[in-house]
Amino acid sequence: MRRAPTSIAVIAALLALAVTGLDAQRGAGAPAPPPQIPRAVAPIDLTGYWVSVVTQDWRWRMVTPAKGDYQGFQLTPEATKIADAWDPAKDEAAGEQCRSYGAPALMSVPGRLHITWQDDNTLKIETDAGTQTRLFHFGAYQAPANTPRTWQGVSVAQWQMPRGNVPLIFRPADPAAERTTGAPAVRPSGGSLRVVTTQLRPGYLRKNGVPYSENVTLTEHWDLYKRPNGEEWLTITQQIEDPQNLRTAKLAAPVFKKEPNGSKWDPTPCSARW
Amino acid sequence: MTVRRIDGWTSPNLQSICTLHSALCHLTHLILLSTVAALLSSTPLYAQVDLTGTWVRSSQSDNGAAREQNDLLGIPLSADGRAKALSYDIASLSATERQCQMYPPFYAITGPFPLQISIEQDPVTQKLLGWKIAGWGDRDVTMIWMDGRPPLSKYAPHSHGGFTTGAWEGDTLTAVTTHFKMGDIKRHRAFSSDRATLTYRFNRHGDLLTVTGILEDPVYLAEPYVLTEIFRLTTNPNNFPLTACEPIEELPRLHENPALVPHYLPGKQPFINEVTQHYNIPLEAALGGPETIYPEYRKKLKDKYVPPPPVPRGRGAQQQQQ
Repeated sequence: MRRAPTSIAVIAALLALAVTGLDAQRGAGAPAPPPQIPRAVAPIDLTGYWVSVVTQDWRWRMVTPAKGDYQGFQLTPEATKIADAWDPAKDEAAGEQCRSYGAPALMSVPGRLHITWQDDNTLKIETDAGTQTRLFHFGAYQAPANTPRTWQGVSVAQWQMPRGNVPLIFRPADPAAERTTGAPAVRPSGGSLRVVTTQLRPGYLRKNGVPYSENVTLTEHWDLYKRPNGEEWLTITQQIEDPQNLRTAKLAAPVFKKEPNGSKWDPTPCSARW
Repeated sequence: MTVRRIDGWTSPNLQSICTLHSALCHLTHLILLSTVAALLSSTPLYAQVDLTGTWVRSSQSDNGAAREQNDLLGIPLSADGRAKALSYDIASLSATERQCQMYPPFYAITGPFPLQISIEQDPVTQKLLGWKIAGWGDRDVTMIWMDGRPPLSKYAPHSHGGFTTGAWEGDTLTAVTTHFKMGDIKRHRAFSSDRATLTYRFNRHGDLLTVTGILEDPVYLAEPYVLTEIFRLTTNPNNFPLTACEPIEELPRLHENPALVPHYLPGKQPFINEVTQHYNIPLEAALGGPETIYPEYRKKLKDKYVPPPPVPRGRGAQQQQQ
């Protein structure tokens, strides 16, 4: 019981330190610092030309599969009905040849990406297949009211910075590394890009008419990997949620390899059949 | 009363407060919780690095699944790799001495089972010695050593699981496996040799774990074979297969003639046209190769490929369940 005042003092001191820490982060009494520029603080550099490496799902990506081949999807009865009615001629007549080039499918379409910064807050991803453009908006981006739904929708992006402090239990017992650096063997590189895309126009997840609705949400994580031999690889983890058409979320992780330049860039228009 | 924090330390001071007056205790907890919440909300969004748990694969790709014996689609095989694949007869797995041979580490990505990941700690410092991916009945355990141990001599013996070391790159665990035995990399269709190297990338995003596997093999692959698989954290790990393998008599002809090694001679693969027959995909594409994995290969296919007739009603639904 006699220790209670001491305890209160300790907690008060801790709280004061915490508040001081917060103030120190934002500057006590000073105006909030300007927001960091996404382009300047990017933990990974995604810019350049990338080629898709089609080592999985080849049969559904490199060629147009048979109507009714929905392997890999858990479709609702409603979606199956739509897919069974797939008619590329009808899409062509309606000027909807780009239905299988919408954001949820685009990264799985064999082709190349050209990634540039449109401005300090917007990352631009162009594809030669279907000549599509995705814009990743950083910060507190809000699409203007009445923005029409498009094949690429509205994408809001956020950098995920590498964790600075690894919990003790996950620090490797690497005596050599700790002797030389005093720190655990964690290289400071890394980081990831998280993108959430909505406001999409209904389209196809697969060329043969597997549908997604306008209520679909696409969540992506872009992870870069620099190999010791200098190669750079990109894995895009995609989670496609569309309860209207998918009984479970569709998960995919297409892979890209960086190219030295755009010499193989080959823009081709959307095709409803190929 | 003992107040125990999550790291196992006890706090006599907090204990004293709580026994002093329950209202004061509640107030203290409220303030602490509010402070923690404020601190958390002001920190940047960090990814997670704890890989422990049981991760169920999404199985939404064709990594390990194929019905046709010659489905080598998308595998950047060398000429030797293709010859090896086409000479393989799955009946060879029924030989007594081969029934329990394990798959190589790549099977963690192509196989059907979950990943059960745990940590091995130094008994004194409690620091991480390594990440352990538990074995299955047909895949050896993978121990990803994080303690800076040196690489093995090239003359060191090869095991089914190989030798793996890892390092963090930011929030991504990169691991490299060497010294594993030859085995099949797409179930019963293509192979990696005992000179292959597998690099894993483990990226955790919330409850999803993306594993990228980069397989390099100077013997059977012309380029790296890169596959990804997405796993989801589960709290119901009951589906983890631990059944040990027991050899039995599967094919009487192999027991009657133990010297028989099932195989196909060059040019004698009886199923070589199955992919073409089922999907209209040209044979040269079905047999893989580095050229086939890049977008420009579609130009070669365009004039040769005609989509097959619609899948009969019911088959599509059946395929969804696979």
